[in-house]
Amino acid sequence: MVDERKLKRSETFPPETIAEIQRAADEGIYSIRGSGAKRRVPNFDDLILLGASMSRYPLEGYREACETNVTIGARNAKKPIELDIPITIAGMSFGALGANAKKALGLAATMMGTSTTTGDGGMTDEEREASKILVYQYLPSRYGMQPDQLRRADAIEIVVGQGAKPGGGGMLLGQKITERVANMRILPEGIDQRSACRHPDFTGPDDLQIKIQELREITDWQIPIYIKIGASRTRYDVMLAVKAGADAIVLDGMQGGTAASQDVFIEDVGIPTLPALRQAVEALQELDLHREIQLIVSGGIRTGADVAKALAMGADAVSLGMASLMALNCNAPIYIEDYEALGTKPGYCHHCHTGRCPVGVTTQDPELEARLDPEEGARRVRNYLTTLTLECQTLARACGKSHVHNLEPEDLAALTIEAAAMAGVPLAGTDWIPGHNGG
Amino acid sequence: MSAVDLAEISVRELNQRLHDLAPGANETEWTISNPRGRHAIAVGLDAPANLHIDGHVGYYCGGMNKQASIQIDGNAGQGLAENIMSGTVHCTGNASQSAGASGHGGLVVVEGDASSRCGISMKGVDIVVGGSIGHFSAFMAQAGHLVVCGDAGDGLGDSIYEAFIYVGGNVGSLGADCIEKEMTDAHRQTLAELLAKAGIEDDITRFRRFGSARELYNFNIDNAGNY
Ligand code: SF4
Repeated sequence: MVDERKLKRSETFPPETIAEIQRAADEGIYSIRGSGAKRRVPNFDDLILLGASMSRYPLEGYREACETNVTIGARNAKKPIELDIPITIAGMSFGALGANAKKALGLAATMMGTSTTTGDGGMTDEEREASKILVYQYLPSRYGMQPDQLRRADAIEIVVGQGAKPGGGGMLLGQKITERVANMRILPEGIDQRSACRHPDFTGPDDLQIKIQELREITDWQIPIYIKIGASRTRYDVMLAVKAGADAIVLDGMQGGTAASQDVFIEDVGIPTLPALRQAVEALQELDLHREIQLIVSGGIRTGADVAKALAMGADAVSLGMASLMALNCNAPIYIEDYEALGTKPGYCHHCHTGRCPVGVTTQDPELEARLDPEEGARRVRNYLTTLTLECQTLARACGKSHVHNLEPEDLAALTIEAAAMAGVPLAGTDWIPGHNGG
Repeated sequence: MSAVDLAEISVRELNQRLHDLAPGANETEWTISNPRGRHAIAVGLDAPANLHIDGHVGYYCGGMNKQASIQIDGNAGQGLAENIMSGTVHCTGNASQSAGASGHGGLVVVEGDASSRCGISMKGVDIVVGGSIGHFSAFMAQAGHLVVCGDAGDGLGDSIYEAFIYVGGNVGSLGADCIEKEMTDAHRQTLAELLAKAGIEDDITRFRRFGSARELYNFNIDNAGNY
C-alpha cells in the first residue's frame, strides 16, 4: 500500500511535464494546438476600477446615457469605420473556422453595429454578405488575396504578427484543407499548409510605408488601413507602425488565440496584453497621436470588466477571438463523447487544429458543422456582445463617465505589484507604481 | 491616346484616372512620362488598357494588375506586378526583389535581371526573366511558371508547391523539397510558348526543369530537418 502523503510531487517535473517529455520521445515533433496561452499571466483580473464616491460623481445607472461609439481610421480614409460599440470580432479565417461560424460572427457583428474580420485564405461571399463592416486581412501568405476582395472591404488589416506567435507563420493541418479551402488558397487538397511569417514583398517599416501607399492607391484612399502586431517589443513596434502610416493599430497580446501553432510558441513567445497595452498607449502619447491613431487590443478579453479596464488604460476598442467562439459553444459541455475522442474534455479543449471541433465551430466537416446553426449562433454572439457592452457601460457610469472612452488610468488600481508595474497604475491603497518616479 | 506627364500630375491623379476607366472606354492607349522612380504607379488596374511607361519606376508598379498591359521602358523597383491577377507587366530593364510576388495570373516579363525572391509565393502567374534571378526565388511557389534564361541564385524553389520552374543557366542551390524534374516534350512546348509570349528568344534545349519533391506536404518525422 502506497502512503499518498509521502509521495513528493516535483515542481520541476510535474506529471504534465513528464507526459510532454514522453510525447516528444514518441513523436519527435513539437506539439501543435489551437487556442491561446494557458499559463497564468498578469491580466485584467489583477486590476480593479475605483468607482465614484465622495470625490467623484457617478452617473445614474439606468437613466443617464453612457455612449459607446467609436470612429476608426479618420486620419487618411474618406470612409472611416464607425462602430456602435468598441468591441470587434478579430481576424479568423474561413478554413480555420467553418462557414457557419464565420456567418454567425458576421451576422452578430452586424446586429451590434460592429466589425468582423477575414483571415488567411481571403473573403467568402457568405461572410461579406453577413457582415456590414468587414475588415480584410492582408497576410504574409497572401492565400486568397484578391484585389476585388480588397475593394469590397471596409478596412484593410496588414498582419505583421499575432499574439499567439509573434515571429511565427501560419499553419493549417491537412484535415482542414478540404476542397473548398484548398481551391481558395490554391493548394493541393489535404496537405499540411505552412504559411510564411514574412511578407513576400516588403521587409522593414520603410518598405511597409510604401506598401501602405500602394494599398491606399489601389483602394483610392477610401478605407482605413490597420497594422496588426503581436505583443513583444510593443513600444518600438507601435512607433514603427505609426511611421509606416497606419490609421489604427491592432495589438494582440500573448493570450490571443490561434487555429494551430506550436505549443512552445503559444506559451513562450510574446508578452501579455496588460503590459503591451500600456506600452502602446505610452508610445502613441509620446508621438501625440493617442486617440488620433486608434488602438484596438485583443488577447484574453472575456468580460465587460475587461473591456472597461482596457479602455481605461487607453485602448479605443477591443477585439474578441476565442471568447466569441466560446459564445458559439466552444468548450461547452455538449457532445462530450466527441471531446473524449479527441482526448480532452469540455473546458480543456484546444483541438481546433484537428478539424474535429465537437461543437462545429472550427471544422470543415459537414456533419460537425451542422451542429452550429448560423442564426442561432448569431443570436448567442449578439447576446454576449450586448452583455459585454452593458457591463462596460455600468462600470463606466459608476466611474462617472458619459462615454466609455472617458474611462482613464486614474479610474484603476492594481491588486498585485506585477500588475501595477505592467499596467502602470498604482497598487491598490497606495500611490506606488513600480518603476515610476524611481519607485 | 492619353499622354500623362508625372512631372505635371501626381501618381494619385494618374491612378484615379486609370481606376475611373469605364468598361469598354475608348481611352485604351496611355503613355506615361517622367515616372522618375515613383512608387505605386499604375496599381490596381482593372481595365483592358495599354500603358507605356517611359522611364524607371519605384516599388510595386503594376501591383494587383487585372486586364491591363503595362510596358515599362526602364528598370523597376521592388514588388513589380505583385499579386498580378491577369494582363501583362513587361519591364525592359532590370527588376528589384520580389518581382511577380504572389501573382495569381497574367504574365510578368523582365528582360534584364530580377533580384532575390522573384516569384515568391506565386499562385498562378507566369514570369519570364531574360537574365538571372537572385536567391530565395520561387519560395513557397504554389502555381504558375517561372522561366529564367540566365542563372538562379541559392535556395531556388524552397518549400515549393505545384509551380514549374525552368532555368537555362546555372542554379546556385535548390531549396528544401525542390528537385530537378524530367523535361518532356510537353514541358518544352510550354516553355517555347512562354518565351514566345514574352518576346524573348532562347534555345529551349538548354533549359532544365525544377519542381516539388512533395516530401514536405504532410509532416513526416524523417524530413524534420528540412522544415
Ligand atoms: S471546442 Fe472547437 S473551437 Fe473550441 S477549442 Fe475545441 S476544437 Fe477549438
